[in-house]
Amino acid sequence: MAEINWHTFFFMMFALITCASAVAVVFTVNVVRMAVYLIASLLGASGLFFLAGADFVGAMQLMIYVGGTLVLLIFGVMLTAQGPFVSMKTKGGEWIISAVAGAALLAVLLSVAVSVPDWQGPTEASANGTGATGPARTATPIGMALLGARVDRPNAPGYLLPFEIVSVHLLVVMIGAAYLARTKKRVSSPSLAE
Amino acid sequence: MNLLTQPVGVTHFLVVGAVMFVCGVVCMASKRNGIGVLMGVELVLNGANLNFVAFASDWLRKDPQYALGLDGHLMALFVIVLAAGEAAVALAIALNYYNNHGTIDVDRADELKG
Repeated sequence: MAEINWHTFFFMMFALITCASAVAVVFTVNVVRMAVYLIASLLGASGLFFLAGADFVGAMQLMIYVGGTLVLLIFGVMLTAQGPFVSMKTKGGEWIISAVAGAALLAVLLSVAVSVPDWQGPTEASANGTGATGPARTATPIGMALLGARVDRPNAPGYLLPFEIVSVHLLVVMIGAAYLARTKKRVSSPSLAE
Repeated sequence: MNLLTQPVGVTHFLVVGAVMFVCGVVCMASKRNGIGVLMGVELVLNGANLNFVAFASDWLRKDPQYALGLDGHLMALFVIVLAAGEAAVALAIALNYYNNHGTIDVDRADELKG
């Protein structure tokens, strides 16, 4: 038996976690379980980021997405919880339409993904030829690029303007969300018989 | 054991990204819970991020000079940041909807129906 490529093994493991959790999010009715499966899917995606050499993006995914956005979603789930016997199931006709649209989109995306030979995988020559070996260290180049100085490619544009724009955008988002979610009078829930 | 001995390429990452994207789209289209729709949005954005990171990698393709490099990583970072901001505002909207209708079921929002 040939030697196991451990990179491929870990890729398959994380890909399985990610895809199975994503499918579980679609088919679960209980919204709390959906949140847990979404956390598992995003953890798997973070592992895939690390395996692709994106160490900084993978760490940011863990911190911002799993540790921030999903905690926010769980707060949302708790604040909008109704009685324990309310079940919101989708009707059968809507499931069929969603499944057909999803299957068509998946067919288009998969046919594109397998079509380009350059994407099928690295060869021995490509791994050693351009110096793309060694551990991935992207944190300092990303930090320098966000301040306008690109160190990986000569004469490439920096990302200072998007950085400033996103900072102002986040300020606006914080103020807007805090204002929108302020305490207000709540209408009573409709009866459970409906 | 052919599966575990070949190195992975961009194609494998694109397939996983496509599955996540389609699961997110089906979630957005079929869930009645408003928070469920938001979870679909998060899945869609993560599928796109996986694509960006796969194209940015130097180790996944036959000719690394065509990799996006740092540009792909920065795109993925901006997507993560903007998605977090959008999730905050969308949850504020969902809370307002819950306070006004008494339920988070988006099928009840039919007052503007002709």
